[in-house]
Amino acid sequence: MKTNPTIKTIVMLLFIVALSSCKNETTSNAATTSSEIETTADTKQGQAFIEDDSSTPNVLQIAINSPDHTTLVAAVQAASLENALVNAGPLMVFAPTNDAFNALPEGTVEDLLKPENKEALANILKHHVTAGNYSKEFLKKFKKLGQANDQSTTVEVKGDDVFVGGAKILASIDAGNGVVHVVDKVILPPSN
Amino acid sequence: MKTYKISLLSLFSAVLFLTSCGNNNNSSSGGALNSSAAEKVYVAPGEQDEFYAFMSGGYSGNLTVYGLPSGRMFKEIPVFSQFPTSGYGYSEETKPMLETSHGFVPWDDAHHPDISQTNGELDGRWIFINGNNTPRIARISLKTFETEEIIEVPNSAGNHSSSFITENTEYVVAGTRFSVPVPQRDISIKDYKSNFKGALSFISVDPEHGHMDIKFQLMMPGFDYDLSHPGRDKSHGWFFFTTYNTEEANTLLEVNASQNDKDFIAAVNWKKIEEYVNNGGGTKMPANYAHNVYDESTHTATTTMKKEVLTVDPLKVPGAVFFLPTPKSPHGCDVDPSGEYIIGNGKLSADLTVHSFTKMLDAIENEKFDGEAYGIPILKFEDVLAGTVKSGGLGPLHTEFDGQGNAYTTFFISSEVVKWKLGSWEVIDRKPTFYSVGHLMIPGGNSRKPFGKYVVAMNKITKDRYLPTGPEMEHSAQIYDITGEKMELIYDFPTHGEPHYAAGIPASILAPKSQKIYRLDENKHPYAVLSPDQARVERKGNEVHIYMSTIRSHFTPDNIEGIKVGDKVYFHITNHEQDFDVPHGFSIIGQNTSELLVMPGQTKTSIWEPKQVGVWPFYCTDFCSALHQEMQGYVRVSPASSNLELSWSLGED
Repeated sequence: MKTNPTIKTIVMLLFIVALSSCKNETTSNAATTSSEIETTADTKQGQAFIEDDSSTPNVLQIAINSPDHTTLVAAVQAASLENALVNAGPLMVFAPTNDAFNALPEGTVEDLLKPENKEALANILKHHVTAGNYSKEFLKKFKKLGQANDQSTTVEVKGDDVFVGGAKILASIDAGNGVVHVVDKVILPPSN
Repeated sequence: MKTYKISLLSLFSAVLFLTSCGNNNNSSSGGALNSSAAEKVYVAPGEQDEFYAFMSGGYSGNLTVYGLPSGRMFKEIPVFSQFPTSGYGYSEETKPMLETSHGFVPWDDAHHPDISQTNGELDGRWIFINGNNTPRIARISLKTFETEEIIEVPNSAGNHSSSFITENTEYVVAGTRFSVPVPQRDISIKDYKSNFKGALSFISVDPEHGHMDIKFQLMMPGFDYDLSHPGRDKSHGWFFFTTYNTEEANTLLEVNASQNDKDFIAAVNWKKIEEYVNNGGGTKMPANYAHNVYDESTHTATTTMKKEVLTVDPLKVPGAVFFLPTPKSPHGCDVDPSGEYIIGNGKLSADLTVHSFTKMLDAIENEKFDGEAYGIPILKFEDVLAGTVKSGGLGPLHTEFDGQGNAYTTFFISSEVVKWKLGSWEVIDRKPTFYSVGHLMIPGGNSRKPFGKYVVAMNKITKDRYLPTGPEMEHSAQIYDITGEKMELIYDFPTHGEPHYAAGIPASILAPKSQKIYRLDENKHPYAVLSPDQARVERKGNEVHIYMSTIRSHFTPDNIEGIKVGDKVYFHITNHEQDFDVPHGFSIIGQNTSELLVMPGQTKTSIWEPKQVGVWPFYCTDFCSALHQEMQGYVRVSPASSNLELSWSLGED
């Protein structure tokens, strides 16, 4: 995928607009997707697998519905974190795009998706989640955020842009249980 | 790019204790119950449960009584809320129970029930529960299962770190969640710092009658005091309170109260303060708070407004108060049965912080301080820390104990109960809850002697667990068998209101002494009629008092004339039954309060103010007998100008 980044962003923003402006379309997508999950993982139980076609999509459903976050969704599923993302929260998810994952050293994503690396993957993913619900504008008040993996990450403001753990917020989508901020980098946890 | 590679490598080489925190289903907890689980919860018809579970009703304001393991609800005990089922808070006798310094407050947010103890073990005399909104503590008899006393707590707001009981029920403790100006006054909210105080109230409990009295209020810095727990066994004499908002923010706390990496657990040596107070220490300050006591012999509650409270400045009692730094806005504050471990559940964390009581005493002795806050010494974190539980869950809230060296902690965000070992801090098992668990309860699980057979998880979110009932649903609870190494989900049942915590006790302690009737010959109600021939109607101006008795299946009298529009009619109903479980009800058309449900031997009063001329029926609301439908009567209401004399009768033509 060697698409021009600008075009890519516009396409994504259009998708986001469609997502937030056309409720019916979104909810029917959500319903379809959740039934797919049920058939593929019928042993799974919990809030992530409830059929609900009337509530605002939660952060997990938003990620699942985004064509630009297929790697993230695959990672969430590999780490069995679906139910953590549908909780009452509130949850703020920094969602790296597929491009962000692609920018990691070759083989990294494949390695992380291996069953033996499930814990490491979960740790990285949880470093992208904050218990809170703040807009990009509001995030400017913070210097750091405490992430769900129990480590902190930084918040920096450069002009109009907000960078969380070095990753730039590209777009934001309100969710039923919080907010998804689309970011351009994978935020790696500081090493202990 | 290179940086990433290095970070990733080091990340992989790091030893990670974290496990997934989302979908931890396995076959034993996931799908349908297996037959052995069914056997474990099956209480055959006619059989009784092994434990009582008293669940707070949260915003229902009441306390509900369940059986374990069946999950059957036996009773809703009205505490802070008017309850038309029995007439509590509507009858003249019980209205005073809901009086406060703010007037009649017919509702509250009931939070944390705790059962009275002797030597740190459940003794089953009373259960206490806090009203969170208009700060109050209630005491409920575990003989009659009725609310007997409610005391308001002055200088407090959001009475949340309450109502927890010391080892010998010396005190029921009530800590303020919201700090407020003390005394209350008209100042700018921005003047929060140093003007707002956090009152921790130690309410003494009379060992014989259980009557409550505020012994002293410790006036702490203006933090939020979230939850608390008494020391046990070796730490008896101390009390521990979690705090958050040590930043003392007065706005947008979700950001501003999360700035400090650590808040505190406040350790209070109440025995030392008690001694100080007994020797004349402390400052009396003017106050205004209600003390409501229900007298079982008169079946009537009275309100006394108290005008003074004794306050204690912690700085005046050196060595009585210390702060234990605890990460991430700790919520639950729990002490293990031995009293050695004090557990802070950092609600925005994955980890639990466990402090050691022995190390705490040593740190105090050797002054291992890390500065002070408002003059109160802060103990060095490393010098009081016993260990950290690397749970892998997210959002720990509350911990209970099984008495076998294990602790069980709820995780709200990752929706699970995690079992871990005291001392080694290793995680032994984890089971999902459905969904977003708040409190959990093991019968006796916060005492010196837990009955570690079941743990009940009380969830905040129900969603698809039961047949849907529209947007509003009861909360869900799950029962796990904890007799084995691994927890086993055995049952799932809805709970009423929002249970914030619960207290469980073996049925064998309570059931034998549960009262069956009130003795009529001990009824000292001023308007009681002890035999039907005393039944009568008396007029005092526009007040009419009807002294009425009930027996299967009639009211005495059942025909009353001479009532006028504008009268205030008091129906004083005495139930003459002396047979277990034969109440009679009373209701009359247009009654603006509620019906009454009158237990055998009891007297209750309802006021009726007729507004329309006519002949109006009244009837028994409880299907008391085969002739229940015949249990009725009439009141003739004449115009205000009528000269008709009062008359009453039963069975006359």
